Amino acid sequence: MMKEILKILQNDARTTTKQISAMTGRPGTEVTRLIKEAEKDRVILKYKAIVNWDKVEDEQVWALIEVKLTPEKDVGFDSIAERIYRFPQACTVYLISGTYDLFVLAVGKSNHEIADFVSQKLSHIEGVQGTVTQFVLKRYKEDDEIVDGKEEVKRQPVIL
Amino acid sequence: MPTNPRGQRRKYPISQRANQISPSGIRRFFDLLASMEGVISLGVGEPDFTTPWHITKAAIESLEKGQTMYTSNLGMPELRQELSRHLKNHYSLEYDAGCELLITVGVSEALDLAMRAILDPGDEVIMPDPCYVSYEPCVVLAGGAPIMVPTNEENSFEISAADFEARITNKTRAILIGYPANPTGAVMSRDNLAEIVEVARRHQLLVVSDEIYAKLVYGVEHTCVATLPGMQAHTILLGGFSKTYAMTGWRVGYTAAPKEIIAAMTKIHQYTMMCAPTMAQVAAVEALKSGEDSATEMVEDYNRRRLVIVKGLCDIGLSCFEPKGAFYAFPSIKRTGMTSEEFAEKLLTEEKVAVVPGSAFGQYGEGYVRCCYATSLADIEEALVRMKRFVDRHHKEV
Repeated sequence: MMKEILKILQNDARTTTKQISAMTGRPGTEVTRLIKEAEKDRVILKYKAIVNWDKVEDEQVWALIEVKLTPEKDVGFDSIAERIYRFPQACTVYLISGTYDLFVLAVGKSNHEIADFVSQKLSHIEGVQGTVTQFVLKRYKEDDEIVDGKEEVKRQPVIL
Repeated sequence: MPTNPRGQRRKYPISQRANQISPSGIRRFFDLLASMEGVISLGVGEPDFTTPWHITKAAIESLEKGQTMYTSNLGMPELRQELSRHLKNHYSLEYDAGCELLITVGVSEALDLAMRAILDPGDEVIMPDPCYVSYEPCVVLAGGAPIMVPTNEENSFEISAADFEARITNKTRAILIGYPANPTGAVMSRDNLAEIVEVARRHQLLVVSDEIYAKLVYGVEHTCVATLPGMQAHTILLGGFSKTYAMTGWRVGYTAAPKEIIAAMTKIHQYTMMCAPTMAQVAAVEALKSGEDSATEMVEDYNRRRLVIVKGLCDIGLSCFEPKGAFYAFPSIKRTGMTSEEFAEKLLTEEKVAVVPGSAFGQYGEGYVRCCYATSLADIEEALVRMKRFVDRHHKEV
């Protein structure tokens, strides 16, 4: 049941307890309890809207940064990753397999801000060996949502 | 100018057989709906999902490679092999891909072929009422006579063995059933089905089983008729991809049956359709190979909406037996005192919500409406709000 509730909320975080109760056939009290439990255990980390900033006046620039690290003795990559993700510009940080070690999705108000983040902050962190930065030119799909929207396919209103 | 059998002049020579099929009993409702804008339609009868991309992509790639020719009349060998594997894995049924499977243009064509293959003029086919609108016409077009068996809410719209047996005559050729069912959402229990087939076996009748909604079941198991002991040799199994994989427009389905029946159906098929659309067959292969996860996700989504609509209809005061299959709810509107058609027309004009009158599906659908929940939750919720207003308003007038 927890998985079912999480799937529903992941799809639309605004789904109310009453709606989830109707969709699962479970009492509202049980749904409320499970959601509170998931929030407390940090299974649900946050509720947020996925915003298409291209339609908003303020400029936003995203960059995908691959980071090569020299792991620290006894702690591996974790403490370096923490020093990186504490920067507000680093909105997503993953440890990855392959040639590079960390994947960072950075956001800034301009190319200059991203460049500054990489050269003045990221590169200076002890343990960071090198970086490769790629700027996002266009967002096609964001977190399971097609950005430009699909053309609605019309169905026949009545099919017997 | 040609004349009809009564000696009256008619403009065009329409056959008696074509005239024999009743036009839709709810033509007026359709015409009204077509004239309106901004309607929330619960009258749709197909998934609101588009075909999973990997399936569409496989078809596109086949077109790019130039696979635009006819296939074998029986259907692509690869599709029949994959289907044979699928039926073995899911039902432990062994069908010879070479002679016991026929790929058709949807279950619609499979049904038509089956009737034309097995019926002689005057042969009777027993079926439940209400039922899918094509059953009666397909029997009539094949020269047969449909015999309707009433079903009702009290027995969850499952046809009973006793009612079935009571209607068997020396002209009866087959029973035609479709579970999970359109329009009721009913699923036949294994025990009830076992009783039905026992009657069929005793009277040496074929069972034609339309299982297009086989994968759309909620909290219950679907029983494939051919899996019941000894039934594979007496069942014409109709199945497809339209509802499971959201492939309604592709027009591809199949029949699994004893080879003599497949041979007869193929003879008709080869002279009328030649073969199912080639690119649709390619898509069907991909669906069978890799479409299970997508299908499961769709069923989970339908289930959420099913729970919402059934609870919503009951809260409004429209008694609705719990549908365990397909994507239809079939609530009773008897408490309003209106006929199904009246209810549907007034709901449409007053609240701009479209539901299908149950009478469109047979005499015993009167007093019910079919609500399809293969539509967005937002639309379902809004439709329920409007229906509540409507029922409250009209309930006071009764």
